[in-house]
Amino acid sequence: MSPILTDPPPLAADPSDGVAILEQRGSTAETFGIPLAVLAELTHRCPLQCPYCSNPLELERASSELTTAEWKKVLSELAEIGVLQIHFSGGEPTARKDLVELVQHASDVGLYSNLITSAVLLTRDRLAALAEAGLCHVQISFQGNEPVVADRVAGLKDAHRKKIEVAHWTRELDLPLTVNAVMHRQNLHQLGDIIEMAVELDADRLEVANVQYYGWALKNRAALMPTLQQIEDTTAIVEAAQKRLKGILAIDYVIPDYYALRPKKCMGGWGRQFFNISPTGKVLPCHAAETITGLDFESVRGNHSIAWIWQNSEAFNRYRGTGWMPEPCQSCDYKEIDFGGCRCQAFALTGDAGNTDPACALSPLHEQIFKLAETEASGDTSRFIYRNFSGGTPEPDDAQDA
Amino acid sequence: MATLRSRHVTVSEASRPVLPRHAKLRFDETRHRWVILAPERVLAPDDIAVEILQLCDGVRNVAAIIDSLAAKYVAVRELIGADVIAMLQDLADKGFLTEARENTA
Ligand code: SF4
Ligand code: SF4
Repeated sequence: MSPILTDPPPLAADPSDGVAILEQRGSTAETFGIPLAVLAELTHRCPLQCPYCSNPLELERASSELTTAEWKKVLSELAEIGVLQIHFSGGEPTARKDLVELVQHASDVGLYSNLITSAVLLTRDRLAALAEAGLCHVQISFQGNEPVVADRVAGLKDAHRKKIEVAHWTRELDLPLTVNAVMHRQNLHQLGDIIEMAVELDADRLEVANVQYYGWALKNRAALMPTLQQIEDTTAIVEAAQKRLKGILAIDYVIPDYYALRPKKCMGGWGRQFFNISPTGKVLPCHAAETITGLDFESVRGNHSIAWIWQNSEAFNRYRGTGWMPEPCQSCDYKEIDFGGCRCQAFALTGDAGNTDPACALSPLHEQIFKLAETEASGDTSRFIYRNFSGGTPEPDDAQDA
Repeated sequence: MATLRSRHVTVSEASRPVLPRHAKLRFDETRHRWVILAPERVLAPDDIAVEILQLCDGVRNVAAIIDSLAAKYVAVRELIGADVIAMLQDLADKGFLTEARENTA
């Protein structure tokens, strides 16, 4: 899973982008034009156990996943209603035996396909088969720049070496590569080396994403929260590297918002330009949306079309636009700029997804959240709770000194 | 593993530009316009850019592309040449064009 997708719209809101232009043109879902890109979470199964995983705490079992035929039908329907790009994600999408078949189907119906993977399950032959089936882009997540820290964070031995190997194959097969690095207090000191690693791997892009705190990451917040000093250093390192590596490596940087004054424009606004489909076929406004209890999400297995769900379902309309907003957002000049921040974060921190995101300095809870972040960042909790199907497992005592 | 395509190119009349594998020029039936699909991005090039991009097949060189546009629009070659190169360079800088190269390795 790529935590970067929790955050900015999956399509960067750069003036040279087609998003704004295309959004003005009608599509099947008229009021809110159907998104250009959709995230397909094929499975929650994953050999890694990242303590910041953005999947819900209650992971879906293999037996309830959509079948190959159901996914193919979904892909055809998405292409028909105007979706242009599909991101295959998870869990670990390569854990699905039918991945090559699904990528081929995406190509057949004209979708641009992107694989978001932890890479550890891939063989060279399988990657070659995916390329052959028309895969357009590969994104590999890294947990550090060397095995000691990286394998500890991933909760899997030999994971880092394997990722490096798959990254090399990716470039050998002439597939474009994005390195995704999720940063937190326990690996931020490696950022400079991670940037070098991405250059050495001949990656096209590097995503530096700070952990977003809901789901598993919320459980692990005290072990992950960076210090303010670390964030300042990070910003300086990224900005210097962006300049130095212009034309060699594009670096996208997601700033953590606990320390910010205004919240991020989460998902480009709820139900505005993005949705994802969960392993069991639920259509969600963001992949963390299931952390919000009390919202019902329609499934592709139900009676409604995907376009109908996008346009009419209660879950999408609840926080769409600006009408739902309480004060201070309602009378704020920024309400169409950040859409009140992140609903999942508002829910996680205030118990009500309809509140202003406490990352905003105007939220009555902001001060408290900021202090909490500072306290946790300077605390001595470093033990992870690993993500798994049994509700999480604490790291053994002797493993934290990596 | 021979690198057939270089990612960072300087466009000249001799270059033979082509879209890299990760950038796809496609007609979007829903929104009735051409788009370039790339990782995490969608671009909506204007009509003239689309026409030029369609000529970027990795076989024709830029000189030939300019010739065919000059002929089609009955334009003075010298006048449009610089504009075409500037536009191609801009797309190349953004990573949406690369150069087909002879495999001399
Ligand atoms: S455990 Fe790690 S690799 Fe697996 S889905 Fe979660 S974040 Fe991605
Ligand atoms: S008050 Fe609401 S709209 Fe204004 S900046 Fe804060 S979160 Fe954004």
